[in-house]
Amino acid sequence: MVGPAHYITLSAVLFTIGVIGVLTRKNAIIVFMAIEIMLNAANLALVTFAMTIGDVAGLIMVLLVIAVAAAEAAVGLAIIVAMFRHRETVNIEAFNVLRG
Amino acid sequence: MTGVDVAFWILAAISVGASLVVITNRNPVACVLFLVVAFFALAGLFVTLHSHFLAAIQVIIYAGAIMVLFLFVILLLNLGQQQWFDVSNNPLRVTAVVFGAGFLALLVGGGISGVTPTVRGPAAGISPDLLGSTGAIGAALYTAYFMPFITIALLLLLAMVGAVAIARRER
Repeated sequence: MVGPAHYITLSAVLFTIGVIGVLTRKNAIIVFMAIEIMLNAANLALVTFAMTIGDVAGLIMVLLVIAVAAAEAAVGLAIIVAMFRHRETVNIEAFNVLRG
Repeated sequence: MTGVDVAFWILAAISVGASLVVITNRNPVACVLFLVVAFFALAGLFVTLHSHFLAAIQVIIYAGAIMVLFLFVILLLNLGQQQWFDVSNNPLRVTAVVFGAGFLALLVGGGISGVTPTVRGPAAGISPDLLGSTGAIGAALYTAYFMPFITIALLLLLAMVGAVAIARRER
């Protein structure tokens, strides 16, 4: 019998995959995609908890997260395009001028 | 095992597999397409949780709008094949996987021990199907959660203006 614990575990696995993607990849666009995977893992956990508790607030939260993800994708990809104009690359190791 | 259980295991396998391809594949267009597969699997998982409205939103906004935006930017940048090769020789790789595994153990440990095994939806007086319906979400969104809703509208407007302002070619 599949219960909430299975869904939360799956959410944790997906979130971890996203974290590893952010840490290992150098292509800024793929780092961005890994962030989207993490957002979706969080959404899955929110829906699971909302359905377990029987409260619609978690579902509203998911809706807001999806809207924020859309806004984030628009601004983030615009930043990547602007970065590409400056350096002719999207390798994040080329963008280290703020290095301490 | 019921049909829903079988669906869960299949969709879970698809979403994890597709996500793994996203973070390991070298071709960014393939990454986007596998990410769409993962998002479709997640939409299916929302359906198994009786959250039909969010499943539809997931497909329309994530698999539709956001992924098309990603594809457009990849095509727009038009990088040579050489510049996409980024996976090899990253010294962080092993460290990331080790810490990722520890992080996973932490999350799963907390998740398994902290979650009650039964669904309390029907006990709260609402059937899960009704709770995840468009009507229930809309009724809450336009009453109790009206201010967050309006704020999100403002955020989307700001993001739109911001994206245009950032990506504009300076003269």
